[in-house]
Amino acid sequence: MNVADKKRLLREMLFARRFEERCYEAYVERKIGGFLHLYSGEEACAHGVLEAANPGHDYVITSYRDHIHAIKCGADPRKVMAELYAKETGSSRGRGGSMHIFDVEHRFMGGYALVGGPFPLAAGIAKAIKMKGGDEICICFLGDAANNQGTFHESLNMAKLWDLPVLYVCENNLYGIGTRIDRSTAVIDQYKRVSGYNIPSAQEDGQDIEKVFKAAKKAVNHVRSGNGPYFLELMTYRYRGHSMSDSNAYRSKDEERMWSNRDPIIMLRDRLIEAGHITKADYKAMDNEILDEIEDDIIAFAESSPEPRVDELEKYTLAENDPWVYGGGR
Amino acid sequence: MTDIMYWEAIRRAHDEEMAHDPLVICMGEDIGVAGGTYKATQGLYDKYGAERVIDTPISENGYTGVGIGASFLGVRPIIEIMSVNFAWLAMDQFFNSAAKVRYMSGGQLTAPVVVRSPGGTAHQLGAQHSARMEKIFMGIAGLRVVTPSNPRQAYGLLKSAVRCNDPVFINEHELMYNMKGEVSDEEFFHPLEGSEVTREGKDVTLFAYNISVHWCLKAADILSKQFGIEAEVVDLYALAPLDRAGIAASVRKTHRAVIVEEAEPAVGVGSEVMAIINEECFFELDAAPVRVSAAHVPIPYNHSLEKAAIPNADDVVMAVRRMFGK
Repeated sequence: MNVADKKRLLREMLFARRFEERCYEAYVERKIGGFLHLYSGEEACAHGVLEAANPGHDYVITSYRDHIHAIKCGADPRKVMAELYAKETGSSRGRGGSMHIFDVEHRFMGGYALVGGPFPLAAGIAKAIKMKGGDEICICFLGDAANNQGTFHESLNMAKLWDLPVLYVCENNLYGIGTRIDRSTAVIDQYKRVSGYNIPSAQEDGQDIEKVFKAAKKAVNHVRSGNGPYFLELMTYRYRGHSMSDSNAYRSKDEERMWSNRDPIIMLRDRLIEAGHITKADYKAMDNEILDEIEDDIIAFAESSPEPRVDELEKYTLAENDPWVYGGGR
Repeated sequence: MTDIMYWEAIRRAHDEEMAHDPLVICMGEDIGVAGGTYKATQGLYDKYGAERVIDTPISENGYTGVGIGASFLGVRPIIEIMSVNFAWLAMDQFFNSAAKVRYMSGGQLTAPVVVRSPGGTAHQLGAQHSARMEKIFMGIAGLRVVTPSNPRQAYGLLKSAVRCNDPVFINEHELMYNMKGEVSDEEFFHPLEGSEVTREGKDVTLFAYNISVHWCLKAADILSKQFGIEAEVVDLYALAPLDRAGIAASVRKTHRAVIVEEAEPAVGVGSEVMAIINEECFFELDAAPVRVSAAHVPIPYNHSLEKAAIPNADDVVMAVRRMFGK
């Protein structure tokens, strides 16, 4: 990771933060409906891991906290915002919403809202990659609480049994909705839980993007070299509640302060300033530029886009004009 | 035309589709080395290898999800769930992922998986191995549900299901795998929608599917010979979507309807067909439609109780006689 990469990643992470915070405002203004799960505080995880992989080429799948993973894979942020605004121009044409961002063109295979649901889907994508003989891998990002689902165990077992090219990234933010990990989970260190499946694993500081990148590089290389699955646990923290409907009253101010002192963006920014690669003024200018882009380009696009047509309510339920439904196209 | 068994028809469809497309795979418990509990995949492991004929761990939700994930990239998995009772465990992935992914991605992704599984009550298998679950599957938007009543349909429906771009659930039956029937030696594809008039009649329509088609054919014979009633038997091989036009057409002809299902009456095929009749052709009816269904109980182990819980041809005859006051 050279200086130019670090500067670009600083901008990408700051963009992610501002994007999510703007979603928060739009939700409060009731421009965004449904449930909204924000990624603020966890930016170094998605950015560090995907920087070490090949986004747009490798397949990525995740949970309902999915906006930033999609954008890092190459999804147009305007389309992601338009999806949150439930518009026809949205990435899922307004049919999915915040929890179901998809961008198949960039191999972002979706956000799924059943906790633990993507575990087997990721293994299946990896099975297809292996059958087709490509050099892609599948990267599955999920939270720590997903590891208490049966799909975690079932999928890790099959991924190792068949040596599938899948990297499971556990974003351990210490809470499953509003329950602290030590109150829901017998083994706190998640990377230890996969040893029962003979899958190599590691735990890393998820707030320091340079550390994430280094650990992810090792993980990606392992999987891409045909050695089967890998499990990477990243210790992180979300600043907002589980979703917007979460009062966030279950966490102490001390704990929140401790984590905000290890903010992934501030840490990288200060490092670049100390090394003389950027100035405080550069950072401020970059922030303003991002805020303008979000307002003038992204929000404007979402606001001005049309809604889906009600007469297309049933479209996308089943395939259209599939000849095999009628006994074949021969 | 050759007479082959239901399981042989399913095996032949697997074999042809796997030969036709290298991305067709099959997966499930005991389907590979062991050849399948009902022999539906016999010999395929030796022919196509372990990468394409996959013995899975006993993890129904997990391997169904693996099949669905693979289908996102164009792989066409045929997933066998050994007994439909175990499909409860796979409902999360089948309903939440396969059925909804096309819609919630705005048409970007599709899950062309086939899940096949035997339902029905067999020989004293007890409450947890005797479920009839077609009613559950047919209520979920984004899925197709078909249910073959003979080897010809078993072959042709699986062939079309593999090639169709929608997720398809095929409801088979534990007692039907050894049933023999004519299947063309030529390759063919059976439609996944519609219904089939299996026996023509003018006095009453017996709507049936899967094993209940056979009860109805037997009942129709008795009704004709002993009571002079000519029953039409309509085979609803497609349960989702149901053939509204075909159901209405037969009722317009006979003006009477009996729906025969192996499942419990609540929220089932019978209630759905009745609703369709009400919506499509209520004023054509000469009598209130009637359901012949199973008792609303977990299936008992005791043979006499088990028999009492499931309808048969005699129950169909009685229902029609009551309708005609004979």
